[in-house]
Amino acid sequence: MEPYILIALFILIIPIFSFLLLGLLGSKMSHKTAGLIGTTGLFIVALLSYITAFHYFFSFGKVGETYEKFSASFQWLHLTDHLHIDLGVLLDPISSMMLVVISTVSLMVHIYSLGYMHGEKGFQRYYAFLSLFSFSMLGLVLAPNIFQMYIFWELVGVSSYLLIGFYYTKPSAVAASKKAFIVTRFADLGFLVGILILSYFTKTFDFNELTNVHGSIFHSHITTTFMGFSVFSWATLLIFMGGAGKSAMLPLHIWLPDAMEGPTPVSALIHAATMVVAGVYLVARLFPFYYFMTPHVLTVIAYIGAATSLFAAVVACTQTDIKRVLAFSTISQIAYMMVALGVSRYGADGEAGLGFMASMFHLFTHAFFKALLFLGAGAVIHAVHSNDMSDMGGLRKYLPITHITFLIACLSIAGIPPFSGFFSKDEILVAAFHKDIVLFACQYLVAGLTAFYMFRLYYNIFWGKENHYHHTPEEAGLNMTGPLMFLALLTVVTGFIPFARFVTSDGLKMETEMVWIVAIPSVLVGVLGIVIATIMYKKPTTISDKVATSMGGLYKAASHKFYFDELYMFVTKKIIFGLISGSIAWFDRHVVDGFMNFQAYWSNGLSSKIKGLQSGRLQQYAWVFAASVFVIAALVIF
Amino acid sequence: MEITASQIIFYILSAIIVGCSIMSVVSRKILRAATYLLFVLIATAGFYVLLNYHFLAAIQISVYVGGILVLFVFSIFLTSQVGEKMPQVKLSRRIAGLIVSLGGAALTLFVLLTQNYPYAAKVSESEIDMYAIGQSLMGTERFQYLLPFEAISVLLLACIITGILVARKK
Amino acid sequence: MSIPMEFYLVVSTIMFFTGVYGFITRHNMLAILMSLELILNAVNVNFVVFNRFLFPGQMEGMFFSIFSIGVAAAETAVAIAIIINVFRNMKKIDTSEVKNMKY
Repeated sequence: MEPYILIALFILIIPIFSFLLLGLLGSKMSHKTAGLIGTTGLFIVALLSYITAFHYFFSFGKVGETYEKFSASFQWLHLTDHLHIDLGVLLDPISSMMLVVISTVSLMVHIYSLGYMHGEKGFQRYYAFLSLFSFSMLGLVLAPNIFQMYIFWELVGVSSYLLIGFYYTKPSAVAASKKAFIVTRFADLGFLVGILILSYFTKTFDFNELTNVHGSIFHSHITTTFMGFSVFSWATLLIFMGGAGKSAMLPLHIWLPDAMEGPTPVSALIHAATMVVAGVYLVARLFPFYYFMTPHVLTVIAYIGAATSLFAAVVACTQTDIKRVLAFSTISQIAYMMVALGVSRYGADGEAGLGFMASMFHLFTHAFFKALLFLGAGAVIHAVHSNDMSDMGGLRKYLPITHITFLIACLSIAGIPPFSGFFSKDEILVAAFHKDIVLFACQYLVAGLTAFYMFRLYYNIFWGKENHYHHTPEEAGLNMTGPLMFLALLTVVTGFIPFARFVTSDGLKMETEMVWIVAIPSVLVGVLGIVIATIMYKKPTTISDKVATSMGGLYKAASHKFYFDELYMFVTKKIIFGLISGSIAWFDRHVVDGFMNFQAYWSNGLSSKIKGLQSGRLQQYAWVFAASVFVIAALVIF
Repeated sequence: MEITASQIIFYILSAIIVGCSIMSVVSRKILRAATYLLFVLIATAGFYVLLNYHFLAAIQISVYVGGILVLFVFSIFLTSQVGEKMPQVKLSRRIAGLIVSLGGAALTLFVLLTQNYPYAAKVSESEIDMYAIGQSLMGTERFQYLLPFEAISVLLLACIITGILVARKK
Repeated sequence: MSIPMEFYLVVSTIMFFTGVYGFITRHNMLAILMSLELILNAVNVNFVVFNRFLFPGQMEGMFFSIFSIGVAAAETAVAIAIIINVFRNMKKIDTSEVKNMKY
């Protein structure tokens, strides 16, 4: 076990070293060298991750029948006797799984970017930031305590900010990066407060202790309440707020669609596959705590997830920017994972822990096919130099490889067997089915919508009306199509991994079986969505416009993303900036400053008067002196 | 009461002193003011002679008239257009000056004239012996002034150096 | 010595207060310095007069006057050096105009 801790450390050291190298010396390197350094580093990281994960799952991880947690850390900050912040690494099923996901997607993105970003200004900077991001994300999943996780959490936010704003000369990119940073930072405030509350009452930051169901924390009876809820409810709710910010849950989702201003491979890496699932990972990490200490918060999470997935799916049906469709799709799918966590129970007995497993499974498969979708979209954008659907159409002849891989990903996300999305989505639906029929119905609807909007996207890009292109779109080189094909392969095969054997909430193996009563309708609803999309979009018809007009207000609201951005603008600009800040600023400027100014004015005036006594006019002094002498003399004499 | 020659001389000198000193402070031409000052100083030397302090009178003439006043005249030549009138002093300032000086003068004269002085029994009319002055200046006994004399000479040396340092061109 | 002591003192008092008046009212630095000379001179007269009439056998008053004259000469020399320097730097010796270091 010991060497794997060391390997895990190397997984962290290599990307940060590559970041420093590229960041400090990048400007002296050629593009080719920089790309090579970044990609090679990530390649080694990926290899190490595979080795670690493989050995974890197949040799040292299993103690008896259970997958244990292995961690090693050293004390970094000593706060109190009970409370100290450690730095270290933690290996357990979900972190091992995340290692594979992150390093694979990151490696694919690194390779893909060699072609996609070719000749861009700031190529070295781009690779430096990618390395920084990989470092922070790997550090996040390997964190053995919640505080280290928070540190890497913020690092992830920073590198996301840097990469969204990569085209820093473009005002919309700058605005988007700021928006992403501010919104997630606001959510992280909740996360930090949650951590502080949690650690204050449990006296630890360590995940091992926080999630040890036999430990003292779970048997203590802390009954402190605040505003009618227990402090643990507040803590977990606030921690979830941080997760919701990163994972773009309602109502903190507004930054993710705008984050598409960044380069497309960045969207694939950060805003589809890795960073945005950090919230899911966080909840999964603390899942035993959520389940035993604050089960009602899990219910809240489930309902927020359901609402978000439905909302995002509806909005995705109306967007015309292909990356935004994918962004809303991502929000919707991550919300799916949240729902699965929310409905899950602890343990591996029957369908009890199915939700947890399904959530992780969906995270795993989704990472690959969503990265594939984004990279495919990137290939399309690369070919036609536009993000907008109306500039595309009939591209299947020009981009055969992209077409096929994109289709595979679409089928996968639509839940059509035998692609991986079918398996993981099906598990989620089963888990919801057992727990709450309302959530199940909602998720069922979302599954249909997902199929519809993905195929709307697919047909609009690859079928539909032929556009006259200024120059014939061409398939990109192997460094771009290679990752597409590899990810497509993963999309096909990952569904067959017996995931339940490896990743469960308590580490024990669990058995899953097809629940046909759920699986068949879910496939049917997916097919139905695809059929509707085919009718509406395969040939250029007016049906879609008619449907849009018949929907009326709903369509308009959805295409405006249900006015969330406007609402936020209203709240921040009008209410906070205009009313509250404005009046406070007025008070500050006129009353507080005014009082000080008055004092200053008053003392200034007084000083001028006193200063007049020290005029420096010698004759005036002499006069005063002489007059005083004579007056005093006169007083003495008379 | 018989009027003696010394009385006449005294009154003449007094008139010169009073008149010239007033003219010296009110004259608007600086060179004239210096000239009036010259008359005042010479008349003061006359007072000293009248009081039989001949040595002092000689010093007064040589140092004040021969030294200081010449210095004044030179500096006037150096610093202002000769014959240029100084601007009229503001009335408020003149009144302020008058109040202080007239008030002070009135007070002092009042005290002066109402005081009884313990006159020495016999006022010596004789001139002070030059030899005695020399002895006093050069001795270190009681009522002898070698130390102040040396102090003054050091002071004068310091003044010479200071004057050179301050006034020389950089 | 038929002239009473008060007569001398009255004259010196007038000289003194004329000096004070000049010191307060004059604008020209040299004129101020002249007023100062008047004041000093009046004091010298007083020393000598008191010496002659009240302590005729002694010479303190006279020596005080001698030293006072010496000090006055020194003081005037330095003052004039300063005034000339001021004039050289600022081209004026009027107290109302030389105010770089004043309120």
